Amino acid sequence: MNPTVGFQQVAKRFGPVQVLHGVSFTFSPGRVYGVLGENGAGKSTLMKILAGYEAASEGVVEVGGRAVGFRGPRDAEAQGIVMIHQEFNLADDLSIAQNIFLGHELFRHGLLDDREMARRAAAAMQSVGLACSPERRVRDLIVAEKQLVEIAKALSRNARVLVMDEPTATLTPSETERLFALIAQLREQGATVVYISHKLDEVERITDEVLVMRDGRLVAHRPTGSLTRHQMASLMVGRELSDLYPPREPVPEGAPVLLKVQGLQVPGWAQDASFEVRAGEILGFAGLVGAGRTELFEGLLGLRPSRCESVEVAGRPWTRRNPRSAAHLGLTYLSEDRKGRGLHLRMGLPENLPLMALEQYARPWLDTAAENAAFKQASEAFGIRAAAGVPASALSGGNQQKLALARVLQPLPQVVVLDEPTRGVDVGAKRDIYFLIQRLAREGRAIVVVSSELLELIGLCHRVIVMRQGHLVAELPQDQLSEELLIAHATGTH
Amino acid sequence: MQLEPTNPTVANTARSPAVVRRWPRLRGGGPLAGLVLVCLLGAMLNENFASLDNAMNVLTRTAFIGVIAVGMCFVIISGGIDLSVGSMAALIAGAIILLMNAAAAAGWPPLAAIVAGMACAIALGAVFGLIHGLLISKGRIEPFIVTLGTLGIFRAYLTYFSNGGAITLDGTLATAYGPVYYGSGLGVPVPVWVFVAVALLGGLILNRTAYGRYVQAIGSNEQVARYAAVDVNRVKVLTYMLLGICVGIATVLYVPRLGSASPTTGLLWELEAIAAVIVGGTALKGGAGSITGTVIGAVLLSVISNILNLTSIISVYLNAAVQGFVIIAVAFFQRGRK
Repeated sequence: MNPTVGFQQVAKRFGPVQVLHGVSFTFSPGRVYGVLGENGAGKSTLMKILAGYEAASEGVVEVGGRAVGFRGPRDAEAQGIVMIHQEFNLADDLSIAQNIFLGHELFRHGLLDDREMARRAAAAMQSVGLACSPERRVRDLIVAEKQLVEIAKALSRNARVLVMDEPTATLTPSETERLFALIAQLREQGATVVYISHKLDEVERITDEVLVMRDGRLVAHRPTGSLTRHQMASLMVGRELSDLYPPREPVPEGAPVLLKVQGLQVPGWAQDASFEVRAGEILGFAGLVGAGRTELFEGLLGLRPSRCESVEVAGRPWTRRNPRSAAHLGLTYLSEDRKGRGLHLRMGLPENLPLMALEQYARPWLDTAAENAAFKQASEAFGIRAAAGVPASALSGGNQQKLALARVLQPLPQVVVLDEPTRGVDVGAKRDIYFLIQRLAREGRAIVVVSSELLELIGLCHRVIVMRQGHLVAELPQDQLSEELLIAHATGTH
Repeated sequence: MQLEPTNPTVANTARSPAVVRRWPRLRGGGPLAGLVLVCLLGAMLNENFASLDNAMNVLTRTAFIGVIAVGMCFVIISGGIDLSVGSMAALIAGAIILLMNAAAAAGWPPLAAIVAGMACAIALGAVFGLIHGLLISKGRIEPFIVTLGTLGIFRAYLTYFSNGGAITLDGTLATAYGPVYYGSGLGVPVPVWVFVAVALLGGLILNRTAYGRYVQAIGSNEQVARYAAVDVNRVKVLTYMLLGICVGIATVLYVPRLGSASPTTGLLWELEAIAAVIVGGTALKGGAGSITGTVIGAVLLSVISNILNLTSIISVYLNAAVQGFVIIAVAFFQRGRK
């Protein structure tokens, strides 16, 4: 019998921000647990503590009822706890077998024993249903195969607790089925599987018990069968979903088209995309990860190679497409990747805010006093809570996101494209952002919201376009928006 | 909700705290404290050290490297590097000496020939910088590789033009040009005035113009800058051109000193300029740094070499070694910074 694994009063602080508040829980072997929670609820941090990637500020991880101290993921692995990340921990240029034995190589006469490693790797690959040569380079595998390599690697190291973070985010429906079969098989063998996901239908289908986290606390632990999906969502949000979204105002009759895109091609990502957004309208873009939504807009902005028959912003043709000319014409884009593309984390806050509209402050010398005043004003308008003089990296996710939003609104755009505007943001900040988006629309701007959170699109948008494998496959008006329909279009099972 | 940016004319009064606060860790007194300490040491070791003459001598010798280091500071803050500045200076020196000699031979008055040579030095620096910038930004080649290549190219062409020997400025020209290095105003040598002017202008551009902010933004995170509608390629090209112009100015100051250029001219200047920037507290990976620190770094390095010259505790042949130790020590203490 495999031992139990659990937490005792685990708390975690990042600087002044407390992300976990005394969480206690014990996982039993042979069960599949679904961990639910909004972005920023603390579920990833909790699982990273379990798998040794982060150290708890307080409390302990227990294995078989005994407190253990992990100094790193290797220690956790030695206890049979392995986490499989969304971004895989694989060395792309090494072979499957080399990856499976990375850091645990087998030797014969002091030299690497490639033959034995290939043999054992093949056995581990077979147990997860990965049929190819162990000599293949990981770079040449598709995402689903890489995931299987990760699982095979975990199993070859006698993992008894497997933590999977959004494992199906990049899988096709048939690959997802194969993963579910593998999870069922692991459960039969007595392993514990911890399954973190936003997809409530999957959680409903494959888990035995559901844990719900909110604001760094474990707020519910129920048998999966006792909950409906709607109840799961309400537990995650902590209030009735309807309170979260502002009431929608109809798009005014005859409102002008502010963004008109025809025949946009982003090679490898999007084909023949045409759409338009009117003043006062909130247009949503739904789709699975990898459907090409972000790439479509990065292509539109000239951030990726792209071709386009025609684009008009506020009735004016836009020919030389790049972020700078976009800002001049009145179109700005908020990246989904706040840390990598949205904000200068090492720079101060008043320097971050005006970067897209710096000409307004340079006459020709930069007016730092005006910058500071603008930041003060934006902090009030957007509800950014931050001490002056700190770098952007010191802010919480929600405050960073509000700052990033304030930045893209500085040039006073008429069209705003918001890619995952509430990623990694707590519920309170989410609500603020939804009301802000609604207000921007009411002011007569055209808003595009790209989001992976279906409830967000359903609660916010006047119209939603669904993308699948680079194509705009469906366009749904407000009164037809439902999770089932959006998923059906996004996965092509409609 | 109010989206209008504040009218920049509104509040123009209280701005000093923000300026001081901006990069508190990097504006730290580390390099300055180091300079003071080294100066105290120098004064204790040799009575001639703490004299006005010696101070001016040190500053004059710092001027070439210092001017280049100001330009290098921009390049490093933007996340780039330029290894070619020493070779570039040598090639520019050779080229303008040939040009001035030819002009004088064609009957130009010495002053006109010298002014033409100076203008040519700065233009050449700008063109070399433009080529670097275009190869790096549009050509998407690593700055290290591009400037490693031109390091060899520039020096090889100088060697070719000089036939392996020296290119020497004609006598009358040398006399007329001399004051640019040897002259002084208000008791301060001309190169020091130029150094001060370049540093002040550099500090103003870096901290108080949109361009300077873009340089910092690109070095801090190029992707973010690109997404924030910054014309990254243009800013990068301008940065390498700015450095090229600084190299041109340094060469204008250097030529009258010896009146010749040879294959050893400007040897290892790139190391000294980069070292000055790093010792001054600018992170090699870019993003943030200061001109003040760079100036202090440049002066610190030449003070060390001056002390070695004046005293006999450590052989003057070990000058580069001492500088090397200083750089490694500074990098060691900066290590924790992110």
